[in-house]
Amino acid sequence: MFNLRDKGAEIWESQGRVGRVAIAVGAVAIVAALPFMGGTFLNTPVADYESVLVYPIAMFVLMAIGLNIVIGKSGLLDLGYVAFFAIGAYTMGLLGTKTDLNTWEILPIGIAMAMFSGIILGVPALKLRGDYLAIITLGFGEIVRIVALNLGALGRSEGIQGIPTPPGIFGIEYAFDSHRIYYWTLLILIMFAIWMVRRLSVRRAGRAWESIRQDEDVAELMGVPTFKYKVWAFVLGASVGGAAGVFYASKTLFIAPDNFTLQISILILACVVFGGMGNIWGVILGAVILGYLPDRIRFISDARLLVFGLVLVIMMNLRPDGLLPRKKREKVIVKKERS
Amino acid sequence: MIGNFLDQFWSLTFGGLSLGFIYILIALGYTMVYGVLRMINFANSEIFMVGTFATIIIIRDVFKFTQLSEYATGFRLWLILGTALIFAMLVSGVLSVVVEIVAYRRLRRMNSGILAPLISAIGVSMVLAESVRILTDSRPVASPRAMEKKFIGQFFDAGIRIDNTIIVISTLILFVILITFVNKTRMGKAIRAVSMNPNAARLMGINIDGVVSATFLVGGLMTGAAGFFYALKYENTSSNIGFELGIAAFTAAILGGIGNIKGAFYGGLALGLLETYASFFLGTQWKAVTVFVVLILVLYTKPNGLFGEALTQTRA
Repeated sequence: MFNLRDKGAEIWESQGRVGRVAIAVGAVAIVAALPFMGGTFLNTPVADYESVLVYPIAMFVLMAIGLNIVIGKSGLLDLGYVAFFAIGAYTMGLLGTKTDLNTWEILPIGIAMAMFSGIILGVPALKLRGDYLAIITLGFGEIVRIVALNLGALGRSEGIQGIPTPPGIFGIEYAFDSHRIYYWTLLILIMFAIWMVRRLSVRRAGRAWESIRQDEDVAELMGVPTFKYKVWAFVLGASVGGAAGVFYASKTLFIAPDNFTLQISILILACVVFGGMGNIWGVILGAVILGYLPDRIRFISDARLLVFGLVLVIMMNLRPDGLLPRKKREKVIVKKERS
Repeated sequence: MIGNFLDQFWSLTFGGLSLGFIYILIALGYTMVYGVLRMINFANSEIFMVGTFATIIIIRDVFKFTQLSEYATGFRLWLILGTALIFAMLVSGVLSVVVEIVAYRRLRRMNSGILAPLISAIGVSMVLAESVRILTDSRPVASPRAMEKKFIGQFFDAGIRIDNTIIVISTLILFVILITFVNKTRMGKAIRAVSMNPNAARLMGINIDGVVSATFLVGGLMTGAAGFFYALKYENTSSNIGFELGIAAFTAAILGGIGNIKGAFYGGLALGLLETYASFFLGTQWKAVTVFVVLILVLYTKPNGLFGEALTQTRA
């Protein structure tokens, strides 16, 4: 089968420095220009096209990159990723309405809160085997939602309203309906996350995660402090989720427990696996498609989730490694291990 | 509070027990599949949901019960309940086999790890839940009451209701049949063999696909029975009930040690009681939190669940 991932890598590797810069700049320019393409075939029939670009698409991409650190890089199955998203969003909601702090000041606090809860959850949970990690994270996601639903301070089912928009910086104003500004800001966040993951992947942490994913026992025996790096992967993933949450709350101005159901965790997981676990471009592609598709096919409004489910089944049966799988070299090792 | 609790202890306990027995049956669906494939059958919750609808179809559309009909009695009542139970079990069992063929078989042959089948099972469960939601216009569906729910006895202060009794007794019977099937029959032996070591089982000439299908069938039958009992006890259903009960039953399976049939039994009972007591003390809204906190504590102290895992106690 035609392998888009290897083809892309080939083109990239055959280029010199100038060519690579040109490709990168071109790609960023195309992505940044997406809000202007509302009138074309890309348009979504019901929802406002530009707001779909912000949520779900860009938000899903950001979260999928974060979850990819946990699942794709180090092979830990996290079914409650939405918890970190919710913690970020509620931090923004509470501090934004109760204090004078603005979004940019709350962003690091929200990230810290998400990371902290990542440690709280990760330290006991990561000692367990993979399948149990899945159920514990799933439980954690539900606990966070239920606590938000029942705690008076968090607004119960009404949630938190009147969350402020980010204050303008560099003369750019964030009106709540100027979606493209939010889109571009998210784009910067996404690029920062990509940069972070790519830098980490080629360093000690990336190698440790790779070894944990392939065989945890062997990694441990070879002297990799597996537990420490598992917690790191978990906490870094949480930080990206928290950042997405802060920004989400600041964009929608209103959050409620219903925005943070298990379905979101599952959707983000689907983005990662659908796009191609472990390969950051695949994950991004998966998130774009799964974020965009339900809105694009809204003309069959009632059955769109049905069609979405069918697409998942058919896709996984045809390409179980996802649309853009990780490098062949890594896949061979995994195959060998399984047989 | 404590005084109230003691007053209501037995009625709470009976409620919790009958809920627990429903959990046991769904948990068996998860645990059978996990025991053989080491994979979570994510679509099991929707198989349960379809089972509840199959029950209602029999009672409402085949036997023409409405909310105003008189209760059936005697032989006719048992005929209705028996037909509904068998129909729900068959529908769920067959559906479960179909799920295996659609979502798992191809991926299993490709050896594609555990995540790809998980996602395709999530896809199947979305398709099932959404189809039913569209067919029912997103409304809950009430099940007409075919049986008068009278009290048949008294235990301390608590009345023993007939539907709860039916649930407990039938589940026990089904459970014994399942245990006998797994331990005594040829197919049961094959299932245990595949669970222990799939490669060795294949080399011994066991048809792996057949065994996996049988496992899904058995799991589906049990889950379908749970659907029937749920419809009998709560008398309504909707396209989204699968999710909540599925999560609870899965927790029950883990609590007892997933892959272990007896573990599903004790896990289901413990969870049913725990949920009922927790909702008495803390209010129903906190019961899921209690359940998960207990689960985390159990796993932290006994990582293999309360009763260890695997259909066979030995793990490859």
